[in-house]
Amino acid sequence: MTSTAPVRPVHGDARILAGVGRPPTRAEHLRVFGPLEHVDDLAALLAAARLRGRGGAAFPAATKVSAVARAGGRPIVVANAVEGEPASKKDRSVLRVAPHLILDGAAAAARAVGAREILVATTRAAPELAAAIRERVPREDGARFDLRVVPPGFVVGEETALLRALAGGPAKPTLKPPYPAERGLRGRPTLVQNVETLAHVALIGRFGPEWYGRGTTLVTLAGAVARPGVHEVPLDGTLADLLARCGGLAAEPAGILVGGYFGRWVSPDAATSLAVAPELLAAGTIIALPASTCAAAECARVLRYLAGESAGQCGPCTHGLPALADAADPAQRGDGRSEVARIAGLVAHRGACRHPDGAATFVRSALEVFADEYERHAQHRGCGRRDERVLPVGGAAR
Amino acid sequence: MTEPLTLRVDPIACDGHGLCAELFPERVTLDDWGYPVIDAKPVPPSLESHARRAVAECPTCALRLVAATPAPS
Repeated sequence: MTSTAPVRPVHGDARILAGVGRPPTRAEHLRVFGPLEHVDDLAALLAAARLRGRGGAAFPAATKVSAVARAGGRPIVVANAVEGEPASKKDRSVLRVAPHLILDGAAAAARAVGAREILVATTRAAPELAAAIRERVPREDGARFDLRVVPPGFVVGEETALLRALAGGPAKPTLKPPYPAERGLRGRPTLVQNVETLAHVALIGRFGPEWYGRGTTLVTLAGAVARPGVHEVPLDGTLADLLARCGGLAAEPAGILVGGYFGRWVSPDAATSLAVAPELLAAGTIIALPASTCAAAECARVLRYLAGESAGQCGPCTHGLPALADAADPAQRGDGRSEVARIAGLVAHRGACRHPDGAATFVRSALEVFADEYERHAQHRGCGRRDERVLPVGGAAR
Repeated sequence: MTEPLTLRVDPIACDGHGLCAELFPERVTLDDWGYPVIDAKPVPPSLESHARRAVAECPTCALRLVAATPAPS
């Protein structure tokens, strides 16, 4: 890429998190990563690197960039750091330790699509990012950064909901099409990318797709793991390999939730055969549920939370998610298994966004992975374990 | 060329009045809460007038008849 080979940060598996381990100044950032030179065809580089979005949908980044560039006009770039998943901490980690990588990636994306305006959306004050923005040179970036705080919520990170919130409206999804790439903020074509995705863009723009290889990804580990928290791991091997790299499990779990609350439960045995990929990891939240807690009660509590987080716009989600939470709660229903399966079928794919689909996948996989437990509840009116509240449900815990 | 047509509901606009299920039971049933469940099978020409009537009568204009080609993702 460049004649003066910059430092290529590899600290163990860390690339994005390979910085100075605390909020870096721009000078420190440049010392670790070197400058990001002009990139001729960013979409081609991202396509060659097979970069997929890290916000949850795992959509190919190059496809979005190309679509916005094609749409013409004066597009807007939105860096999404909303991170509505209760257990996820990886986006705030990037904001804290690699804010300039986010800004580099966003600036490169803005140049590629012809945008001069970049909004960074968070739900809480982000002093490190604000400090990083103050250090930028608008002439170099070719765009102006604007940090915007939006109200928190599980569906706020969904891109159409985020755009409505940024426009001053309610943070509720809209029907697609039109896609934000066609008509987004203020009617302009809008490139919405997760902040981790943009940090990867900054690395691929610097060092190229060959260096990038299969790439790394950030995960947030929680529950029965030896080292809970944010880890950077290669996109390689199996889920079991990933867990081992991060210090391993603390105890044999009853099940492992991969991809947060719109992901799915897998059995510990399946971890050795599941290939790690952005489509599997979604926004990167992995929770190992210890065998000591009541899985059915944990899952019912999460479903109640998801019902409360519905935007309340679409009938099947508004009415279906509370019904799903009731049916899945052994304390309320005893054996609700067939009803859970039926209602999950009624809510999936019937909303404007994928919120109800996520709840359906979550509970269907729970019925499979915790089959013995649900059977005990059905036969004996309980499993003898209590809800240890391993699965977090955000600030307003229900 | 006649493209195959299918019904699509805008779930945000839909208020669950349920007229569509009365007017076009061949492709529309109602769920537990009165919201339409659409059978995505193409609407044959013989049923098209029923489909168009259901679309026209929807009080919230939430129902549309669209080409039965997969939406771009």
